[in-house]
Amino acid sequence: MNISQLNKVFDNRIRLGIMSALLVNDSVSYNDLKELLQVTDGNLASHLKGLEDSGYIKVQKGFIGRKTNTTYSVSKAGEKAFRLHLDVLEQMIRGTQG
Amino acid sequence: MTEQQETLDTLKDIRNIMDRSSRFLSLSGWSGVAAGCCALVGAWMAHRVLDNAAAGPHSGYEGTDPIAGYNDLVGTGTTASLVQIGLLTLLAAIVSAFLFTWWRSRRQSAPLWNATSQRLTVALGIPMLVGGIYLLKLVETGSFGMVAPGCLLFYGLGLVNASRYTLGEIKWLGYAQLATGLVNLAFVGYGLYFWAFGFGLLHIVYGLIMWWKHERNQA
Repeated sequence: MNISQLNKVFDNRIRLGIMSALLVNDSVSYNDLKELLQVTDGNLASHLKGLEDSGYIKVQKGFIGRKTNTTYSVSKAGEKAFRLHLDVLEQMIRGTQG
Repeated sequence: MTEQQETLDTLKDIRNIMDRSSRFLSLSGWSGVAAGCCALVGAWMAHRVLDNAAAGPHSGYEGTDPIAGYNDLVGTGTTASLVQIGLLTLLAAIVSAFLFTWWRSRRQSAPLWNATSQRLTVALGIPMLVGGIYLLKLVETGSFGMVAPGCLLFYGLGLVNASRYTLGEIKWLGYAQLATGLVNLAFVGYGLYFWAFGFGLLHIVYGLIMWWKHERNQA
């Protein structure tokens, strides 16, 4: 049980943050994510794109009035991968402690 | 060793974001204290109205306990002023509770109106709105003794329901309100005292505990 089993896609605080928020909410809007993680547009967009390309999150584009409202939710694969990632992290702590 | 610390920090981050993204955490303990004070003032005003009604010439009630005279109040102006006091108390409590939470969220520079506070409002609002309509109907049909326990029960259910979207401790306040309401069912006619205990005292105690636990060190 070691670092080699950690998912490379989640090797970043912002991506971890995005996944954490999506896992406990049905869907989260782009603006809520930005405010929650306190990151710039460019930064957030590139990490969202990365997660989307990995098939871990789903994007829904919609409108509120005339403004675009993009919301994100976690995919089945994303939830599975993230839970596995948490398991590995947990075991890493247990391993070094026990 | 440092690697372990890093992993722990990562897990802490994850937990923190899960909490902040799904719960509204800026609820201030002072909101509880303020709402409790409003309730006590409201209860005191209602008590005076009942006293006057019992003493008045047209009350039709001759007993010594003004609250036991509830059912003789149907159709008198007393009912209307009691409903008015109740609604005003509710409004004052909501406004003052809102102000303290608004103040706290500004100091934390956290948003006041976002997905989490909206969910909290809906979770608390639905049982209270439905309960409120039901209670007005109770007043209309003259079941005054059931109004105070009804307030406590619907509010308690609302709090338990809303606790998923804010500081989890609020569910204990909900359980306490439910218990107060249920005990009140065994002592119909003394509703005002239970009402003052539940909405007044419990709110103040809860607010002080929450302030002590979550806000003391930020002051």
